[in-house]
Amino acid sequence: MATTISAVPFNGTKEQEQELIELIAAHKGQKGALMPILQGAQGIYGYLPIEVQKLVAQHLGVPLEEIYGVSTFYSQFTLNPKGKYKVSVCLGTACYVKGSGDVFAKLSECLGIEGGACTTDGKFSLEACRCIGACGLAPVMTVNDDVYGRLVADDIPGILAKYAE
Amino acid sequence: MYRSHVLVCGGTGCTSSGSERIVEALERELQENKLTEEIKVIKTGCFGLCALGPIMIIYPEGAFYSMVKPEDIPEIVSEHLLKGRIVTRLLYQETVQEDTIKSLNHTQFYAKQKRVALKNCGVIDPENINEYIGLDGYMALGKALTEMTPDQVIQTIKDSGLRGRGGGGFPTGVKWSFAAAQPAGQKYVCCNADEGDPGAFMDRSVLEGDPHVVLEAMAIAGYAIGANQGFIYVRAEYPIAVKRLEIAIGQARENGLLGKNILGTGFDFDIELRLGAGAFVCGEETALMTSIEGHRGEPRPRPPFPAVKGLFDRPTVLNNVETCANIPQIILKGADWFASMGTEKSKGTKVFALGGKIHNTGLVEVPMGTTLREIVEEIGGGIPNGKKFKAAQTGGPSGGCIPASLIDIPVDYDNLISIGSMMGSGGLIVMDEDTCMVDIAKFFLEFTVDESCGKCTPCRIGTKRLLEMLDKITKGKGTMEDLDKMEELCYHIKANSLCGLGQSAPNPVLSTLKYFRDEYVAHIVDKKCPAGVCKALLSYVIDREKCKGCTLCARACPADAISGTVKQPHVIDPAKCLKCGACMEKCKFGAIYKK
Repeated sequence: MATTISAVPFNGTKEQEQELIELIAAHKGQKGALMPILQGAQGIYGYLPIEVQKLVAQHLGVPLEEIYGVSTFYSQFTLNPKGKYKVSVCLGTACYVKGSGDVFAKLSECLGIEGGACTTDGKFSLEACRCIGACGLAPVMTVNDDVYGRLVADDIPGILAKYAE
Repeated sequence: MYRSHVLVCGGTGCTSSGSERIVEALERELQENKLTEEIKVIKTGCFGLCALGPIMIIYPEGAFYSMVKPEDIPEIVSEHLLKGRIVTRLLYQETVQEDTIKSLNHTQFYAKQKRVALKNCGVIDPENINEYIGLDGYMALGKALTEMTPDQVIQTIKDSGLRGRGGGGFPTGVKWSFAAAQPAGQKYVCCNADEGDPGAFMDRSVLEGDPHVVLEAMAIAGYAIGANQGFIYVRAEYPIAVKRLEIAIGQARENGLLGKNILGTGFDFDIELRLGAGAFVCGEETALMTSIEGHRGEPRPRPPFPAVKGLFDRPTVLNNVETCANIPQIILKGADWFASMGTEKSKGTKVFALGGKIHNTGLVEVPMGTTLREIVEEIGGGIPNGKKFKAAQTGGPSGGCIPASLIDIPVDYDNLISIGSMMGSGGLIVMDEDTCMVDIAKFFLEFTVDESCGKCTPCRIGTKRLLEMLDKITKGKGTMEDLDKMEELCYHIKANSLCGLGQSAPNPVLSTLKYFRDEYVAHIVDKKCPAGVCKALLSYVIDREKCKGCTLCARACPADAISGTVKQPHVIDPAKCLKCGACMEKCKFGAIYKK
C-alpha cells in the first residue's frame, strides 16, 4: 500500500470530474457510502491522487483526513498511478511454496523496479498480490486480466516480451 | 430436450487456464455441425480438481475430460458428440478403465469426498436460478417461512451442531439465538465473503458455483432473527463471484424470493453487495462491519458482541459463506441428518483447499474427522516427484504446521486446536522436504505484519519484532536466546491483542518451534538451512567428479562467478555467487548441488 503522494502530476479531465460528481450524488445518503465511492473513483481515474480525494471530501461533505485514512488502509486503493500493464504476482501460501518468490524476483530484475513501483515509461507496474484463488495453477501471475500459471522464472522474459511493443 | 449436456467449469481456476476459450470453440463447432438444438453447453462452478483444468464433463456418458485445449474441441465434437465415440486420449486418466469409463465418484479424488456445501458446484449453471430451484433450491426458505416458527428454525440449526466455518467454529444456532433475543427493531444479517486466508478458495467456489444458496441461507437467517436487510461483504479480487452474485440477487428479486412479501408470507428481506478493498483484517467480524460502515476496517473490542450491537450499532448475525451453504439442507433434511456426519463436537463436512506440494490441488469436501493422511495421500494423491511429506499447514496465517508424526489425526475443530493449529477457513497447504519451516514461519509473519491494522500495540509492534528475530535466524545471525525470547513474545501477543488476527498471529511460529525446533537450531548453531531455502545460508558447489566441463553453467551465471576451461571441472567463487540457482537449473549432469 503506497501512502506517499504521487510525484506524477495530476491530469484529470473535466469529464472525469463530472463523472465523479455524479457518482457521489448517486450514493449520497446511502449508509457507509465512502467505500463504494472510492472504488468508483479509482475506476474513473485509475488511482486516488490527493486531488481526487479532495473532490470526494468536498462533494460528500466528509473530512479529507477521513478519506485519506480509508484510502491508505486498503491495499486495493492506490495513491500512485499504475502502469499500462499491471503485473501482479501471487504471493499467497500455495504459490509461495511452489516458488512464486523466485518469479517475483525475476520480474523485479527484468523490469528494473521494486514491488509497488512503475517503470519510468509508464508501461509496467509490479506488485505482489494476495491469493487470487487460482491455487491449482500455482505459481500464478497476472498481467492486467491475463492469467499465467504454472510459472518458472525462465518464463518471465518471454511473457514480458508479449507486452513490450 | 437435449440429448447431451456439456458442462464446462467456469470457476476461477479453470477460467485462468482458458475455459472461456473452450466454451467459445465449443459453441462455434456446435453451430457449424448444427448441433445447437441437440446439445447444451453449460458453464458451471468449480468441480474441485483445479490442477487438471480446464475441465469438461459430457453427460449422459459422464466422460470427464481434463486439461482440454481449444484445438481438442473439433475432435470432441466430431468423435464424441456426433459419432458417440469417447475421446479416450483426453479423459482424466483416473477414469479410464480397459473398455469402459469409471464414474467420477469412483476415482481416488472423489471417492472419499462427501459433497454437502459443494453439492451444486460443478452441477448447475450458477447464472440460472431455475437450475438451482430444480435441485430443491429455495425449498428450505419456503419450508421455514410456511411451516416453522423462527424459534424452530434456530432450534434446528442448534440441534444440527453446525459450527461457523470461517475460523472460530462458534455454534451457528447459538449465535442466531443471541441476535433473536434482542428487542425487535432494525437487525442485520451479514455474510462474510471476504475470504482472506492465502491458499483458501472454498468460499469463492461456492459464490461462483452456487450463489443462490448464500442468498437463501441469509433469508432464512433473517427470518430466524427478525432482520429484513442483509449485506454480503465480498472480496473485490473475486470478479467472477461478484458478477454471479449480482445476477443471482437480480433473479431472486424477479422471482419474488428477495424483496417485499416473500412467497406471499409477509416476510420482507433484501440483500446488498459490498465490495472489500483488500484488507485481511476485514475477515474479522467487527472489522468487517466497520468496513461496511465506510471506515478503516479496524476491529472493535468485544463485548458488546455483534449479536447485540453490530453493524450500524444494530443486532447483527454474521455467517461465513461455507456456513451458509449448509443451512438450507439442514432445514430441508433435518438436524439429525446433518449431525449424523462428523465427530462428536464437529458435525457435518468441511471443505478444504488443497494446495502446495501435492498432486491433486483443488477443493475437497470430506466429513469432519477424516484423517490428514486420507486427505493428503488418498484424495490428494500424495506428494509429487517422490518427495517426502513434511508438514501440512492449516488455518492460514492464524494456523500452524502439522508434522508428519501427526498425520493420522482426525481433522476437526478441537483436534486441530489441541495440536496448536486451527481449522481456519480450510486452507490446507502441503509441504515437502524442500520447504524450510523457519522460512514458512517468516512468510506468515511478513503477511501479518503487513496486514496488522495497527490499532493495538501487541499486534502492531509485537509481530514486527517477531519477524525481525525470524529474519535474523534465516540469515544465520540468530542466537539460541532468540528462541526463548520469541516464545515469550508469542504468548504476550496472543494474550493481549484486541482481535483474532493478533491473537492467532504467533501460531505459525509457535507450532514450527514446537515440531521443527531442530530446524531452528540448525539455522542458529550450524548456520545451515536443512531444506536448502534460506539463501544466506546456502552455498552452491560443483561436484568435480560429475562435472563434464560443458561450460553451460558458466554461461548461465549472471555474476561471472563460475570459472573453468572447456572439458575441465568448473569452480564456483562463493564471494561472487548470488545464489540464484541458475547454474543448477542449467546443469545436465546433476553436478551442482546446494549445501
